[in-house]
Amino acid sequence: MASEPQGGLTEYITHHLQHFKPVQVSGNFWSVHIDSLTVSLALGVVFCLWFWSKVRKATSGVPSKGQAFVEIVLEFVDGQVKDVFHGDRRFLGPLALTIFVWVLLMNAMDLLPVDLLPMITHQFGASHFRAVPTADLNLTFAMSLTVFLLVIFYSFKAKGFGGYMHELFTAPFGAHPLLWIPNFLLNLVELVSKPVSLSMRLFGNMYAGELVFMLIAGLFSAGSWMLFGMGIIGYTVWEIFHILIIGIQAFIFMVLTIVYISMAHDHH
Amino acid sequence: MLDFNATLIGEMIAFAILIWFCVHFIWPHITKAIEERQIKIAEGLNAAERAHAELKDADNKVAAEIKQARQQATEIIDRAQQQANQILDKARTDAVAEINRQKAAAQDDIASMAQRAREELRERVGALAVQGASKIVQREIDPATHKLLLDQLAAEI
Repeated sequence: MASEPQGGLTEYITHHLQHFKPVQVSGNFWSVHIDSLTVSLALGVVFCLWFWSKVRKATSGVPSKGQAFVEIVLEFVDGQVKDVFHGDRRFLGPLALTIFVWVLLMNAMDLLPVDLLPMITHQFGASHFRAVPTADLNLTFAMSLTVFLLVIFYSFKAKGFGGYMHELFTAPFGAHPLLWIPNFLLNLVELVSKPVSLSMRLFGNMYAGELVFMLIAGLFSAGSWMLFGMGIIGYTVWEIFHILIIGIQAFIFMVLTIVYISMAHDHH
Repeated sequence: MLDFNATLIGEMIAFAILIWFCVHFIWPHITKAIEERQIKIAEGLNAAERAHAELKDADNKVAAEIKQARQQATEIIDRAQQQANQILDKARTDAVAEINRQKAAAQDDIASMAQRAREELRERVGALAVQGASKIVQREIDPATHKLLLDQLAAEI
């Protein structure tokens, strides 16, 4: 909170970067981030209920405005999937849609005033609260690991166990027995880098964005009208710029997921 | 800040549930609606095109029929005119023939009447000549005895 008197900016920011959890110490595995879970689940439910309420009344005739909006989003996502993946889209399509809308909604939490949710939850006894779930590595890794598992699953499904093993050990250098180990190591790096890059990219962007918001918010309590005015301008500019980042990050996460899973279907 | 904990597992489960929900309850219904609409639109466009073609056909047919009717009408008029001309010609030739016939009959009548008048005159002249001669001769001339003479006289008149 901007009004915490004795701490100054550093304490303000470190306070804001703390997740709300039952036991406020690092390293306790079962001490979950209640803030990330609550916000992400709430937004997931919002996504499901919103789309479901439009889909339930979906007509093939003239669509309502709400249905048209849902259809536009879906057609956009489906178009992206169609461009990359040439197969049955009955799973990959909804997967991409879920990722896009969910990540977009969670990123959009960044647009709320940085102190709003912490202030409200403080009334209910939450000592800390981070409003942006995608700035939590646990969530971004949860998503990217799920995608990673899907990549593995589809690799086995598309190529069979033998085929996938063959590919892991013989591509990209060749089938010579001496090359098996280098091939495998390279493929392993390639495989592991996918979820890591996927989650770190989203996390990094959102975390940095949040941090900048906090720094600018620090200007509000700096004690001078000049700095207060600069804070307002800076906050506005960064917020407008952040709208772009929110969309782009959601889009990138979706597209890369599609690309990874369609790569799992490709034979080398 | 970078501590991993059970949040990761919780979020993975939540993500999986979201995907499941989307796969089963959102995606198929809306894609179905979209695909059905695409079919409807395609059918509508086809129908419009067909109707357009049919309209064009009908227009062409109507135009052809009008053309044919006009042609028939002119043919009928032509024929009627020809017939009228023929009737007129025939009437004219008939009339001329009738006139000629009547004229010939009248001439015949005139000729025969003139002949008869001429013969009567001749007989009367014969009788007058006989009367005159008997008055001159003072005696009865027997017309029977002098018939040859009288006929000769009548023929000379």
